[in-house]
Amino acid sequence: MNILAGIGRAVLGLLADIGRLTAFTGRTLAACVSPPIYGRLIAIQVLRIGYFSLPVVGLTAFFTGGALALQIYLGGNRYGAEAIVPQIVVLGITRELGPVIAGLMVAGRVAAAIAAEIGTMKVSEQIDALTTLATNPMKYLVVPRLVAAVLSMPILVGIADSIGVFGGYVVSTQSLGFTGSIYLKNTVDFATRQDINSGLIKAAVFGFIIALMGCYHGFNSKGGAQGVGAATTAAVVSSSILILAANYLLTSILFHT
Amino acid sequence: MTAKIQLIGVKKRFGPKVVLDGIDLTIEKGSSLVVIGGSGTGKSVMIKSVLGILTPDEGTILVDGQDVTHLRGAARDPVMKKFGMLFQGAALFDSLPVWENVAFGLIQGRGMARAKAKDVAIQKLAKVGLSEDVAYLSPAELSGGMQKRVGLARAIAADPEIIFFDEPTTGLDPIMADVINELIVSTVKDVGATTLSITHDMASARKISDHIAMIYQGRIIWSGPTSQIDHSGNPYVDQFIHGRAEGPIKMAVKA
Repeated sequence: MNILAGIGRAVLGLLADIGRLTAFTGRTLAACVSPPIYGRLIAIQVLRIGYFSLPVVGLTAFFTGGALALQIYLGGNRYGAEAIVPQIVVLGITRELGPVIAGLMVAGRVAAAIAAEIGTMKVSEQIDALTTLATNPMKYLVVPRLVAAVLSMPILVGIADSIGVFGGYVVSTQSLGFTGSIYLKNTVDFATRQDINSGLIKAAVFGFIIALMGCYHGFNSKGGAQGVGAATTAAVVSSSILILAANYLLTSILFHT
Repeated sequence: MTAKIQLIGVKKRFGPKVVLDGIDLTIEKGSSLVVIGGSGTGKSVMIKSVLGILTPDEGTILVDGQDVTHLRGAARDPVMKKFGMLFQGAALFDSLPVWENVAFGLIQGRGMARAKAKDVAIQKLAKVGLSEDVAYLSPAELSGGMQKRVGLARAIAADPEIIFFDEPTTGLDPIMADVINELIVSTVKDVGATTLSITHDMASARKISDHIAMIYQGRIIWSGPTSQIDHSGNPYVDQFIHGRAEGPIKMAVKA
């Protein structure tokens, strides 16, 4: 009986979490479309979420592109198909690795920072203080972060795509014996608009997930330093898992497989 | 005298734990009521219920005769503009400089122009004895007493009709505590507000109130004019105001 009770508790807990998250998402979306909209705060968050993520996203994209080129070359070599490197690199980066790598890096950086900041505001009563100052915390804290993340992520991924392809280009031309101009021509000829757009759509969804998870866990943090720490961890873990799950879902929808 | 705030049979539970068990309380317009009581007796929950941060399970809360118990969202905004609050830990926004903290309710809540709001903020800071150079510091650079003063300036910035004080002297040395008490009395007189404070500091309670109510196990067990607190004839009140370990109030060691 105890086992059943345990399973029941876990299921009820999960359902309660899903319900809370759904209600939070609903309140957030409602706050997005009603005035006031704080443009200045959105601009600040674009800077913090998007611009300051550029170095980490750029570096990881570069190395990922390089490793991808190397693996495709080695794998293709078994069938005498090593010339396909530029085509597969651009496909892999724009469709999958660009958005996923950028999403995971931004989740680590931004979801954690959002959860820690909002969580600290929660436990030090700053969120209650906002309410007493006739300011809606959803509009003041959540909406700017959400809008900024959804706007920034596609731009970040666009840059990550370029740097990832460049990483593959550097490895291919420096150590795999490709000619630069031919590599680039193959890349440009092969990539379609849909390849790139699918990655950018994914990026916007990942941005939504990252900001939502950061805000949700921050708002629901309890207790003191420990609670904020737990919220930060939960924000990173849940946004990473949701990003990978959403990525699969979006791939299957966008490419009708 | 008319009632500014009225709580009628307010109950609030968290899971199995009953925190408010039918609070009845009336605060007359222009009066200063202090609610005393031990830690964990529901003082903060009561204030948060009036502010709408928490929703009571049962009962009614009236502000100026208007039922605000279940008022939420945009409908609540006009009510919120009547309130100012000084939080226990000051709860200043650490991302903003001091003046923007004080001006926050004016800029965000009421849409005042930043330059004008800044002038008001500097005036209010002067009222709590802080000079203009403090206005440009960040809250983290201030001592606890100064943070409380900034919190007080923020609470009175929009000249609210009602001000709440949550443990205004907790964590301050006795002299700074008295300075804050004096400031509360003078600023409240200045804006003519109705106030509701919660504290367990009796010196503070005597100084800033004209009425005192005691909360115990989620109910108001005594209330009356401050001058009567020493002659309440209530053993619970006597034990509390004299700070005795022995008496009818048993401290639960386990929460």
